[in-house]
Amino acid sequence: MQTSFWETPGGWTLLTVGQILAVMIWILLSLAFLLLADRKIWAGVQMRKGPNVVGPFGLLQSFADFLKFVLKEIVIPSGADKAVFLLAPLISFTLAFAAWAVMPLAPGWVVSDINVGILYLFAISSLGVYGIIMGGWASNSKYPFLGSLRSAAQMVSYEVSLGFIIVAVIVLAGTMNLQGIVTSQQGGFWNWYAFGGPGGIEKLPLLLFMIPLTVIFFISGLAETNRPPFDLPEAESELVAGYQVEYSSTPYLLFMIGEYANIVLICAMTTILFFGGWTAPFPTPFTDAWHPTAASFFYFMWFFLKVVFFFFLVSMAKAIVPRYRYDQLMRLGWKVFLPFSLIAIFFISGWALFVLKPAMGS
Amino acid sequence: MPLQAIAFYLMAAVTVAAGFGVVSARNPVHSVLWLILAFFSAAGLFVLMGAEFLAMLLVVVYVGAVAVLFLFVVMMLDVDFAALRQGFARYMPLGLLIAGVLAVEMIVVSSTVATRGAAAGNDLPMASGQGVDVTNAEAIGRVLYTDYVYFFQAAGLVLLVAMIGAIVLTLRHKPGVKRQLVADQVLRTPKTGMRIIDIKPGEGIGE
Repeated sequence: MQTSFWETPGGWTLLTVGQILAVMIWILLSLAFLLLADRKIWAGVQMRKGPNVVGPFGLLQSFADFLKFVLKEIVIPSGADKAVFLLAPLISFTLAFAAWAVMPLAPGWVVSDINVGILYLFAISSLGVYGIIMGGWASNSKYPFLGSLRSAAQMVSYEVSLGFIIVAVIVLAGTMNLQGIVTSQQGGFWNWYAFGGPGGIEKLPLLLFMIPLTVIFFISGLAETNRPPFDLPEAESELVAGYQVEYSSTPYLLFMIGEYANIVLICAMTTILFFGGWTAPFPTPFTDAWHPTAASFFYFMWFFLKVVFFFFLVSMAKAIVPRYRYDQLMRLGWKVFLPFSLIAIFFISGWALFVLKPAMGS
Repeated sequence: MPLQAIAFYLMAAVTVAAGFGVVSARNPVHSVLWLILAFFSAAGLFVLMGAEFLAMLLVVVYVGAVAVLFLFVVMMLDVDFAALRQGFARYMPLGLLIAGVLAVEMIVVSSTVATRGAAAGNDLPMASGQGVDVTNAEAIGRVLYTDYVYFFQAAGLVLLVAMIGAIVLTLRHKPGVKRQLVADQVLRTPKTGMRIIDIKPGEGIGE
């Protein structure tokens, strides 16, 4: 029996690097067009045309912007802490992509299928604050510093309720593996955790908590990625552009790509935790007869469509909701979302213990 | 596995180097950043040992929350570097003594672990999740909420007391502060918030 080349250490490394590159290139390409979509949606709401000059319908606008950023001079303020100043955007960018390592894109399509996938995602997204706080401090300037302090407080606050909501889903799914969470929601949209997870009519009381938790997760995600209406770290009317004031050229580009990659990540997390990940919204027994690759592409299409839909919601939120005041933001996080998600966890754990567990017969 | 060995030596070296960076960095903010790197590579070492749940907890709790607060506080402090370095020679012997004690303790503990624990081939299913068919999150949960439930609750109480203490120490009630009452604002209607006055020409409003 001859072992396959892909199982030797060299082959394994090659295969993994190939997978990582494939995922990264796919995300970067998608980001180029999602960025354009963001601007087009925003323009549409305000009855403007948006970017429409570079390429047909302005499709190549993002690539033109990319060239513009890369070709400009990198300006480093003389009072800045040079190493940290340049490290900050790199951290922001790297972390935003590192999180995609555990993302299940379709059945079997995942770079690293680890047991604690959801915790890994949470850990990586909680590290995102370092890029911002380091950038703000290293700039050695008032506005960036204030922006980074705000963002640190904001992101740490909203992480708490995000964490509790993730716990609720883990309790219902009984696993922290992302593929496991997705496959447990198979068989139609009524099995998605937004609607109480797999089960029949008897799970109706769960809807009372799971639907609000879904909404809270999405809103906390907006706050966690510093998107409007919670873009206080870069509120242009108060702080010019917050932590990014002193950044130019490629470092700024890295910050921006990292930020958008994080937004798409939150959309993907919402999809996986509450809207079935790559599963279709109806039972799909007919794909069993298909070639596995064809089935994978079929499921990947659903994942992609759902993520794009949530990105559309994020864009609409940016276009139509006015910015929150800082104290309102803190009040919402600590006094509304946190108590509600705590009560929800209490109820859902009880439900899992007294209703789900006897039903499974264990 | 050579790949694992390479990963171990890489991360162990980074951990030690980062630890050295913490004490040798002149700028306290740089110290905290080195500390974060040390936490992070320690989490990597946990993953290599098969304790992926602990690794993730280390990143979420220490790197994601505690170190952010460290950084927050250190950035806001106005540290006088000259004054910091003045006492260095005076505290040197004490520092060396503590470092020596710590080193001895760690050598004793790690040699014990090496002869009796998982490293010597004795499987500890509770610690590593190997040998039995449970993930290590489940294994930890099973002992934490059964055998060690009193310690777990006591730890929670200690943290609660610390939190309440911090709040009590810093809470000040300033008289005469105007607060926003959200419920009042939401319940306000045109009827309660507005008064329509009929002003006759040339008279103005007299209170």
